[in-house]
Amino acid sequence: MNDPGWMGVLIAVLGGALRVSTPFLFVSLGECITEKSGRINLGLEGILVMGAMAGYGIAYLSGNPWLGVLAAGGAGLLLGLLHGVICNLQRVNDIAVGIGLMLFGLGFAFFLGKPFVQPKAPNLPSLPLGAWSDSPQIQAALQVSPLFLIGLALALLLAWAFRHTRWGLVLRIVGDSADAARAMGYRVDLVRTLATGAGGFLAGVGGSFLSLHYPGSWSEGLSSGQGLMAVALVIFARWNPVHCFYAALLFGGASSLGPALQSVGITSGYYLFNAAPYVLTLAIMMTTCSPRRTLAGAPGELSIVR
Amino acid sequence: MAASRLRMSPGLEALVIPTGALAAALVLFGVFVLLLGHSPIEVYRLIWEGGFASSFAWQNTLSRAAPLILAALCVALPARAGLMVIGGEGALVLGGLSAAVIGHAMAGLWPLGVQLAMAAGAVVMGGLWVMAAGALRQYRGINETLSSLLLTYIAIALFNHLVEGPLRDPASLNKPSTAPIGEASMIGTLPGMDVHWGLAFGVVCCLALHLLVERTPWGFALRIVGGNARAARLAGLPVARLMLAACFLGGGAAGLAGMVEVAAVHGSANASLMAGYGYAGILVAFIARQNALAIVPVSILLGGLAASGGMLQRRLDLPDATVLVLQGMAFLLILASETLYGRLRARPRAEATA
Repeated sequence: MNDPGWMGVLIAVLGGALRVSTPFLFVSLGECITEKSGRINLGLEGILVMGAMAGYGIAYLSGNPWLGVLAAGGAGLLLGLLHGVICNLQRVNDIAVGIGLMLFGLGFAFFLGKPFVQPKAPNLPSLPLGAWSDSPQIQAALQVSPLFLIGLALALLLAWAFRHTRWGLVLRIVGDSADAARAMGYRVDLVRTLATGAGGFLAGVGGSFLSLHYPGSWSEGLSSGQGLMAVALVIFARWNPVHCFYAALLFGGASSLGPALQSVGITSGYYLFNAAPYVLTLAIMMTTCSPRRTLAGAPGELSIVR
Repeated sequence: MAASRLRMSPGLEALVIPTGALAAALVLFGVFVLLLGHSPIEVYRLIWEGGFASSFAWQNTLSRAAPLILAALCVALPARAGLMVIGGEGALVLGGLSAAVIGHAMAGLWPLGVQLAMAAGAVVMGGLWVMAAGALRQYRGINETLSSLLLTYIAIALFNHLVEGPLRDPASLNKPSTAPIGEASMIGTLPGMDVHWGLAFGVVCCLALHLLVERTPWGFALRIVGGNARAARLAGLPVARLMLAACFLGGGAAGLAGMVEVAAVHGSANASLMAGYGYAGILVAFIARQNALAIVPVSILLGGLAASGGMLQRRLDLPDATVLVLQGMAFLLILASETLYGRLRARPRAEATA
């Protein structure tokens, strides 16, 4: 560990994990809420990119990045509600609608985002949590976005709310047994629509991080599939918000391992590191599933685990 | 009398509902472009012109439809066995990669033999990739939707790793690619048309798989499995084997789509293969309601929409993403219209009793 090169890799991975994990965290928390209600939204990729575009556009026009974050959440909320409302119709497949929403969100964001490719919007501030250190590497790695801390707080809050509030209980009943929820007089479709809307809001906020965190910009190649990956991440985290936080860190770290190793001259296997989280997710599912038993912690109504 | 006219047969419904949804999408899109200050009529006319009005437009449209047809089969066939596979993109890129590797290794040999070997390699590669998702479902109880999605990411990472690493042609500087398969091994165009053979592959695959599913005992068994796997098991059908075979055939079709893209369009495997045909194929299959024959016209329609993007950009200076907006609207409305099946019949009956 005396070799500064390896230390540098470690710090770069840590910094990358803190940075890259933020969109993962928000998208996966959003998906977690949606899936807890018994529905799956595969359209989060479209919502994420739409959020990135809306956030950047509004931040540019208003000069206030936080207004951009709010606008991104609003755009995500609308798209999430759209998914929720369409899926309330009988015999409509939520997976297919999700893919449709993904393409719609991408197309819409690319269309409306054309004028924002060039201009420079104000970035979100970063908190210099590494100020105690003399090492510029550590200082750079610990430039943490406030959104990351908000996400962490949100994960803890959601974990508590799922367990201890009336809302959390209703959400879980609807997700575990629609019949039981109906028998108790809850409006299943309404709860699911709201849950999908809330999930969309968070995914939109996650998108705004992509375009507004330093050195933020908006382009069509902005997302590298974080929205779709979040679906895998939630399963990896077993529908537990706190585990979503750990999983987001892990996924973020794994995707920054390649670039970090590249900086010390190890260029082979760059893409294989990107695949590591998926292999890991698949391996975990292989060891914990069996034809008789589904994943522990999975909402009972979720189409993808039945 | 009105009631009897409104009562629809399922066949008519299957035509009227998606057409109506598409028309609604066009109207909605018209409002959208109107708000942006363009004439909807002009936009419709350009979409028609860019996608369907000339032989050049048709060539563009049909070339785009070919991989869509094959990718859609990757969803439709497993769906008939009750599996929801969304991993066509992974099978497509790995199928294309296998084809490129085989094509380069056999370069200079008898072209038809090379092409057959490329196709066979792509089919086997894609088939095995999707079959892995089926096997995980069958033997480990892992949901095939999730595993096929995860396998797609793994496939794309493997593809990138191989194309930018061990299999990279050192001559490809700006865009990492595998070594070219050579002009002689490229699949040519259909006689009398400027469209490559991939379209014929797609149409033939659709016809063959349609007959296989609808007209053979094997297909009947497959549909029983799709309808109720437990009943099929009790009836003594080899459920596992049927499901895996459906996955293999579907994945094979997606692999073939990759081969067509390599052997008819790109000439080698590179990032252009990941154009999202695998994901668009999911929607094609759903719009076609998992019916192999309906996949062909749906793919041609979507191919035409995609082809008209350039025309809108050139003539009206609209962003090329304009057709993506229209596609998205059409997808969502057609998927939502699924709820209307059976109801168009029910309403007149209620009127009749009233």
